[in-house]
Amino acid sequence: MMNSPLITLDKVNKAYAERPVLQNISMQLMQGEITTLIGPNGAGKSTLVKLILGLIKPDSGSVTPAPQLNIGYMPQKISIDPSLPISTCRFLQLANTSHKECHKALEMVGISHLAKSPIQSLSGGELQRALLARAILRKPNFLVLDEPVQGVDVTGQNALYKMIGELSKSLNCGILMVSHDLHLVMSATDKVICLNQHICCQGHPEQVTQDPAYIDIFGQTTAIYAHQHDHQHSIHGEVLDDQGVHQHGEGCNHD
Amino acid sequence: MTDFLLYALLAGLGVALVAGPLGCFVVWRRMAYFGDTLAHSALLGVSIGVLLNINLSITVAAIPLLMALGLVYLEQRGILSLDTLLGILSHSALATGLVLISLLPDVRVDLMSLLFGDLLSVTLNDLWVIYGVAGTVVALLLLLWKPLINITVHADLAAVEGVRVSAVRTALMLITALVIAIAMKIVGVLLITALLIIPAATARRISNTPEGMAVTASVIAMLTVVMGLGMSWYADTPAGPSVVVCAALLFMLSLLFRQKS
Repeated sequence: MMNSPLITLDKVNKAYAERPVLQNISMQLMQGEITTLIGPNGAGKSTLVKLILGLIKPDSGSVTPAPQLNIGYMPQKISIDPSLPISTCRFLQLANTSHKECHKALEMVGISHLAKSPIQSLSGGELQRALLARAILRKPNFLVLDEPVQGVDVTGQNALYKMIGELSKSLNCGILMVSHDLHLVMSATDKVICLNQHICCQGHPEQVTQDPAYIDIFGQTTAIYAHQHDHQHSIHGEVLDDQGVHQHGEGCNHD
Repeated sequence: MTDFLLYALLAGLGVALVAGPLGCFVVWRRMAYFGDTLAHSALLGVSIGVLLNINLSITVAAIPLLMALGLVYLEQRGILSLDTLLGILSHSALATGLVLISLLPDVRVDLMSLLFGDLLSVTLNDLWVIYGVAGTVVALLLLLWKPLINITVHADLAAVEGVRVSAVRTALMLITALVIAIAMKIVGVLLITALLIIPAATARRISNTPEGMAVTASVIAMLTVVMGLGMSWYADTPAGPSVVVCAALLFMLSLLFRQKS
């Protein structure tokens, strides 16, 4: 099962009002593999996601899902009118599952204490977790996560990516993640596809960041970044110890 | 009690029963202007029915439904924003309906009753139609409740989970057109939206589940019908506007409660 394709796209084209949005896209999304889709605004990321979800049809080319494909989808943003009284637990149950399953899913993403809260009252990070819980409810073998860390602060982003990585292992599912920032996703992804209406380049994250096509679009600012941050800085940028006191070091001449 | 008052009361209660839950969807989906547009086009339905000599009950439901389908088509073409489209269609339909009615040579149509309702002239035959339609609407709502809530929360998510979104959406439009057709007799085309959204907005303040809000809205709508008829009977005020005034009063009263989450 590990390396069978879940969805195969073959020479897919899509245009809106005669303006091409996707051109000649061929790709395979595999079981047990995390693929990240990156690209600038207007690159066709959302359109490609909709094609993969089966919400729209390509103008030409084919999208072929595997027979056993079961998709869990986490939409980019969700705005529920405050006039609709709906709890987080109830929101999850819309996916046709039992009360028990919902609580299990909420526990997996670490927000079981919010089951009874109105979904509109959740913070950005909590809402993303609730959406992730709904995506995994139907025991999918393929997760589509559209900008899963949108509206979440950097610490929360790291925690969410870590959680997504763990989920993919425990569910043994393939994941397609959309992001416009490779910088943070880097360590959590197996494969990167760089999209700008066509596929510019694809491969392992390290390869892609060296690719001229990638550098052309994103510049070199998002080079590989991997450092363990175990301390805090003062507003001047000096390193502080865990009591928040500045430690004198090289170049310090003050008291 | 005289027959006409009993008929008026029963007719009003039948419409209120379905106006509550449908009104909730109008509020949740932010469709107030959409509902207004369909209601205005019901007047066009009357004039076309008279002009072509077709049963009015059919045309006042069919024209709003056609209007709704036309709206969906125009919106998908993306020519104008939905807001502007609604503004154009809503008032064009109302104006065309009024012009057509004035052009009919031999027929005298009571314009006031079309615009503001004529609850006190309900016949036994009207009652059959109202309860037949209300029964159909209740059955459709019960059958489609879960998918309706699901597409209201997030259409794409519902679609991925296997809900046939466009079919459910079309059904909601059909339900709206049906309710407008029977509500027209009660409050007239200009006040239908009020009967839909005011009880729902009132119910929101004291409900914490979608189902609770739908049932509460129904009860509140029924209460306003009883209050409005009472007001009309004792103070000799027009029945339709009196119902809406009572709905507004109850809404203001509900502001005293702290909103449930």
